[in-house]
Amino acid sequence: MGDLFVLAISCIFINNILLAQFLGNCPFLGTSKKMETAVGMAMAVVFVLVMAGIITWIVDVYLLKALNVEYLRTVSFILVIASLVQFVEMFLKKSIPGLYAGLGIFLPLITTNCAVMGVCLINIKEEYTFVQATVSSFAYAVGFGLALILFAGVRERINLARVPKPLQDTSIGLVTAGIIALTFMSFKGMV
Amino acid sequence: MIPALLFMLGIGAVCGIVLSLSSKVFYVYEDPRIAQVENNLAGANCGGCGYAGCSAAAQAVVSGIEPPSVCVISGKEGVEEVAKIMGVDAGSAESPLSYNMCEGGFRADDKYYYMGISSCKAMAVVFGGKRVCGVGCIGLGDCVKACQFDAVKLGPNGYPVVDDDKCVGCGACQQACPKDIIEVKTLSEKLMKFNQEHDPLAPCAQTCPAEINIPRYINQLKEGKYKEAVQTIRMRNPLPLACGRVCPHPCEDECRRGIEDEAVSINQLKRFVADFEMNSGSRIPIKCAPDTGKKIAVVGGGPSGLSCAFFLRRIGHQVDIFEAMPKLGGMLRYGIPEYRLPKKVLDWEIQGILDLGIKSFCYVKLGADFGLGSLMASGYNAVFLGVGAWEDYSLGIDGENLIGCFTGIDFLQRISSGEKISLGKTAAVVGGGNTAVDCARTLLRLGLDKVYMVYRRTRKEMPANEVEIVASEEEGIDFVFLAAPTKVIGDDSDNVTHLEYLKMELGEPDASGRRRPEPIEGSETMLDVDMVISAIGQSPDASFKEQDPHPRMTELELTRWNTVDNDPATMQASIPYIFTAGDAATGPSLVVDAIGGGRRAARSIDLFLKGKPVEPLKDSLQNKRIRESIFTKVDGIKKSARAKMPELPVEQRLDSMAEVDLVLPEDVAHKEAERCLNCCRICYNPDTDFPMAKAN
Repeated sequence: MGDLFVLAISCIFINNILLAQFLGNCPFLGTSKKMETAVGMAMAVVFVLVMAGIITWIVDVYLLKALNVEYLRTVSFILVIASLVQFVEMFLKKSIPGLYAGLGIFLPLITTNCAVMGVCLINIKEEYTFVQATVSSFAYAVGFGLALILFAGVRERINLARVPKPLQDTSIGLVTAGIIALTFMSFKGMV
Repeated sequence: MIPALLFMLGIGAVCGIVLSLSSKVFYVYEDPRIAQVENNLAGANCGGCGYAGCSAAAQAVVSGIEPPSVCVISGKEGVEEVAKIMGVDAGSAESPLSYNMCEGGFRADDKYYYMGISSCKAMAVVFGGKRVCGVGCIGLGDCVKACQFDAVKLGPNGYPVVDDDKCVGCGACQQACPKDIIEVKTLSEKLMKFNQEHDPLAPCAQTCPAEINIPRYINQLKEGKYKEAVQTIRMRNPLPLACGRVCPHPCEDECRRGIEDEAVSINQLKRFVADFEMNSGSRIPIKCAPDTGKKIAVVGGGPSGLSCAFFLRRIGHQVDIFEAMPKLGGMLRYGIPEYRLPKKVLDWEIQGILDLGIKSFCYVKLGADFGLGSLMASGYNAVFLGVGAWEDYSLGIDGENLIGCFTGIDFLQRISSGEKISLGKTAAVVGGGNTAVDCARTLLRLGLDKVYMVYRRTRKEMPANEVEIVASEEEGIDFVFLAAPTKVIGDDSDNVTHLEYLKMELGEPDASGRRRPEPIEGSETMLDVDMVISAIGQSPDASFKEQDPHPRMTELELTRWNTVDNDPATMQASIPYIFTAGDAATGPSLVVDAIGGGRRAARSIDLFLKGKPVEPLKDSLQNKRIRESIFTKVDGIKKSARAKMPELPVEQRLDSMAEVDLVLPEDVAHKEAERCLNCCRICYNPDTDFPMAKAN
């Protein structure tokens, strides 16, 4: 249990998928202009990442490894994740329309999100057990959401500040992201 | 190689099968029209329509919640395409337009020196902006930046100016504004706007019972835009010609110039622009919202009924007016004599209202000729009751029914209808209100030798308009103050010969704040008259309640003054679909009160017809003032005389019913408009030749 907690902490803060591993930068910059969008995106990522983490772990252990075709990992993961997101979208639309209305527009955006792909591959590379893989997927997603929401808050503040013309919008966004990443560096060595 | 191919084939097949199965299992029917409609929307996802993106808006259109005109950006073709897909009539959508409320701008002083970034939102965070005015424009142009269509510019006076041709009504400016300065509203919403506590309003505009934007129309007059000025007035008052003549202008009592100088002659300016329209030979077109298909019956064609009908028609409802008298106009026609409001002028004004597409049925009386039941059966969705107050109070003294005794409104109405009445030589009019003065001045014009006005208090307490009292003094009416009639004395053939009265003296102030007259014992005095007209007040004629056989009518509650009981904030009566205003609801009051009440009733009727709860407006300023806007001292005013109203010379007045009060000449009107300080909530323009004006 303690190990899992340490794993979760390390995934959320120390190895934060956005600020330490620099994966999933497109939604990080794209959906962080408004707090509302950022929260929606964070929720969608948590939802999809946990499901993707579980499915890919099963595919890897019971198909790829069992059939000795590990070299097909990347391509088969892409296929599985894409199908999964499509499936989830259809399922939500029919069964949980309320949730679909909240996450709907973000789900297709995540299909090819490198953060999702990255976490699935990390899970395999680190040779996590099923439980560990589930926890790490969830924790990485929470880390993603945390960074995204923090960043959206900062950007909303930046809108009120005087920014030199050449640095406006995405430029200042990237600079800010860098500074936030630096602060996250200070978590290194905590675990 | 082969296993890899087989593996990929297998996993691909599994994914494909799962997805195709699930698309069968989880299939949700989506109207194909949604996609078609969405293709014809602007695709900007601007949110101007109030939906999260174009696809949500398309869904709303297809499900029938929104009309094809939902998109604020797509032009006429787009709307027509959508209408074609939906198979409905495109309709002439009411497009909202942006509108600036603040008149202050640079005029308002600064509280502090601001060094932050150039954004209203940022400045508003610091003590609500640097300007002293809590509601006024901050002036850094967030609305200008927010506008995608280049329709908003920061004007030279430091507040935004909207270009109506470019504005699409998307609402971005309103959202960007940290104050409530810029509002995006449809015509209907603007017509149904009522003064609220946070509005930037001058004291006069707060005081006007009809809530006319007075500084705005005076400013338009000053700039020579008479048409626009009339349009500004018509946003709140459908009867500028009548009001310009008979209104006792409570607004002028609150005029800021009036604190240090004579008040601006606001009503004269209103009359000037209204007369300009009438004399120009053409009517200024009045815009109406598209038809809603709802029908309302307005009972009573007086000022409140006309006002209610006018505003309901302008927001798109169908209105029919039912009037008991032979012609529309109510008290304006039958209670106000020709020399104050010529019938020709009134006819012209009422015709303009009817031209909007309002039908009128005269000579039909509620209770006698039709009732609630027949109105409901004819498909009216709501009823406005504006029956006025036509029943004169009686004096309650002996001899009141002798030949030569009349009651005020009855007398005026019979004269106005052209009825021949056998007149005497000398008359006594009992009462001190406007009706009494009207009766006395009318009698004088009918050729009587002597007219007395018998009032139980003194001139100071007379409730009639000051100008009316002055005019009647000029015309030679004899005032008998501090006199209470006790008996009308007649001869053997029941003709009036004398009026006996008791002299009075003023005692302690009563509930109304006026000193109570107390009789002096044994001071009976005789007045030698052959006509007595009692004009001591009126109440509504509620006989329709008994006459109407409809059982629902018993639910209509009346007050002890016989007025229809209503909620003064919504004008709704005890039967939910009946609304009432004017004298029928308030008892005898001003024309302008009836007009304001009619519009307020129109708002509630509109809410009622739309199935929304009929609730009072939040923070409504009805009968209240914004405290910070009422000054006791005003700097920057150089005294200048108020324009004197031209009047018909006294010698020419008494031979005819010719109009006494005349309109201001154009140059005088402009000079008078210059006297207006163009006030807003707390700021105003000091006089141009005043030292502090140059400093700004």
